[in-house]
Amino acid sequence: MNDKVTNILLVGVGGQGTLLASEILSETFMLAGFDVKKSEIHGMSQRGGSVVSHVRFGRQVASPTVPEGEGDVLFGFELLEAYRYLPLLHAGAKVVVNDYRIPPPSVLLGQEVYPDDLADRIRSRFPDFLLVDGLHLATDAGNPKAANTVLLGAVSKRLEIAEEHWLAALKKMVPAKALEVNIRAFQMGRAL
Amino acid sequence: MDRAILSGNEAIARGAYEAGVKVASAYPGTPSTEILENVINYREIDASWAPNEKVALEVAIGASFGGARALACMKHVGVNVAADPLFTLSYTGVRGGLVLVVADDPEMHSSQNEQDSRNYAKFAKIPMLEPADSEECKEFTRLAFDLSEKFDTPVMLRSVTRISHGKSIVTLGERVDNLPAPALVKDAAKLVMLPGNARVRHPKVEERIVNLSDWAVTATINRSEMRSVELGVICSGVVYQYVREILPQASILKLGMVHPLPHDLIRDFASKVKTLLVIEELDPFIEEQVKAMGLPVIGKALFSLCGELSPGRIHSVLEQGGLLPKSVIAPIAAEKLPPRPPNMCPGCSHRGVFYLLNRLNAYVTGDIGCYTLGFLPPLNAMDTCVCMGASISTASGIVRSLPREEQQRVVAVIGDSTFMHTGVNSLMEMAWNQSPATVLILDNSITAMTGRQETPASGFTLNGDPAPKINIAELCRALGIKNVVTVDPYDLVATRAVLEAEMQRPEPSVIITNRPCCLIKGECRFEKGKILAVDQNKCTGCKACLRLGCPAIEWQPSSDGKKGKTYIDPLLCTGCTVCQQLCKFDAIN
Repeated sequence: MNDKVTNILLVGVGGQGTLLASEILSETFMLAGFDVKKSEIHGMSQRGGSVVSHVRFGRQVASPTVPEGEGDVLFGFELLEAYRYLPLLHAGAKVVVNDYRIPPPSVLLGQEVYPDDLADRIRSRFPDFLLVDGLHLATDAGNPKAANTVLLGAVSKRLEIAEEHWLAALKKMVPAKALEVNIRAFQMGRAL
Repeated sequence: MDRAILSGNEAIARGAYEAGVKVASAYPGTPSTEILENVINYREIDASWAPNEKVALEVAIGASFGGARALACMKHVGVNVAADPLFTLSYTGVRGGLVLVVADDPEMHSSQNEQDSRNYAKFAKIPMLEPADSEECKEFTRLAFDLSEKFDTPVMLRSVTRISHGKSIVTLGERVDNLPAPALVKDAAKLVMLPGNARVRHPKVEERIVNLSDWAVTATINRSEMRSVELGVICSGVVYQYVREILPQASILKLGMVHPLPHDLIRDFASKVKTLLVIEELDPFIEEQVKAMGLPVIGKALFSLCGELSPGRIHSVLEQGGLLPKSVIAPIAAEKLPPRPPNMCPGCSHRGVFYLLNRLNAYVTGDIGCYTLGFLPPLNAMDTCVCMGASISTASGIVRSLPREEQQRVVAVIGDSTFMHTGVNSLMEMAWNQSPATVLILDNSITAMTGRQETPASGFTLNGDPAPKINIAELCRALGIKNVVTVDPYDLVATRAVLEAEMQRPEPSVIITNRPCCLIKGECRFEKGKILAVDQNKCTGCKACLRLGCPAIEWQPSSDGKKGKTYIDPLLCTGCTVCQQLCKFDAIN
């Protein structure tokens, strides 16, 4: 185990489930024997605002927030938010984003336009980029609500953690009746 | 030993459990809310919400006077409300240990100011501990109770947003079981703070802080970590983690107790390093005291008095100050993107009300809650917001400064939980002095902004048990308000008529809206209506419905140069019908 700390950022819109996903990541890293820290903001920004969770793991982690420009993996739940937080990453970072758009207020009102080339713009800066049709795949897995778990599976493939720890964390954090669908969704994401 | 990943707030709750706490009280406030919500996982603790922070602290004081260990939790501005009992509690001291947890919010992620609570510890002459991660949250909570009893003092435990809402690994311990049983004991000289008794207690307070200062020198929670002697940093709390990240070679004096300070330890550390820095968020609290000791130290000459720190911010300040070499990597410039501010939820019962206040050209004195978002465009219907409960009293004051025709425009807007918190006192003033303003109580049956906590008027306790439910309308009448009207905020015609009538009335009146928060789960207090859709043949693209700023309604520009139309996202629509009532073309059904 080297001393390098791995930095993951989960970004999306308040209410999309970034919190639960970051909990599953943290649990997995603890089960794999690492030190883990995580940070996020609750409260006002939950109301449909832009949200970012930081998860860090390694032999020993100091700051709960990812130092700016040192993000290794971006886990995006929404395209515009994924794009917004790219400055937190280093040049070789891996980016996994749900192919999903939630128009912000100014776009809803017709005052601004939702940029339509965000995926291409991300890809041009971060070659290790994966755009996931989370909703579609989750529907195939048995429940459109498991889209985040598909994404989680895709992220898991980009981190060197044994599959058993991911599955154990899912088992612990996901309600029993939804577990089967979520494991299926996770495997579909992992296969991407 | 069991290990778990806990947030700072969860760890404080765990620490309270392990410390043998019997009674806990709080008023919700970000970032402190989850402490009590986790305390209820421990059945041994009697935990409850109080209507405000002053009451919460007094409940804890009572439990302590009864001999039990007691916990009170609040956000930084809550201590302003609780300051009255706090300062005299400093004189009485405790019987059972008493810990006041205060969660500060540097950067104001969810607050109206970023006051630094460390000043309260100094002001009230009581000790304050500041943990740097979840493990310390738990351990320092336990220690705080021991200190409280050992030194006969309330102890403040200070967290910040990044600690309360950060998670890290905690080793779980057992609950202590050797505490004395609570019982009534008469001790008037200590507990009755009349001048004669208080004069005897004050010297004990001064003596106590000296004794605590001596204890702080030997305490293991204050530790010096010697590495390179070129640079020494004094810091505490989450800033310690940032300093470890950015300056791995620097020597650090990590303070677990930020008041009183361990003077001998600081002097010793300063003598061993060539350059001495204090890195702290907000006020130069430690820096000024180190300077008063006559030691040369750099702090706010480099670092901002405003906002929170982060590894990146510390790095760039040290770069500019010549204490770190310039980094070679230029950060990617952030480009201009459509912003995504928070917004009221689809179906929120406040939306239509703010739309009407805007249309009626009301001057709105606002308050603290989700409805403060009524300030944002396109609703733009809030003109003042100061603190909890201030909407009503500022309206009362503002009308007294105005000519009659201007008075009619003044409407105070307050939520049910905030009304119970301190709005009741303000309404008492308005009724008593007959201020001709209109008060709008947006009763959504919950404390919504902090994540849906029960209120004295919601009918349930913190544990979810049924409770007596205050009738807000009857309460207003009992205070002396003659005109009290309840209205359905989803009915725009009726709400508008009531608003117009009450705004014109040359005496105080109260309007209460009665739709629950659309996020309340469990008891089915909120019910969805029929999901609406825009008839694309009837929609003329007039944008009237867009004036509501509902997240479910989207403008869809036309690709062929014609006028665009609106669209309702069926996954977001709750069927509140407010937009339907605004459509003159019958296009929403």
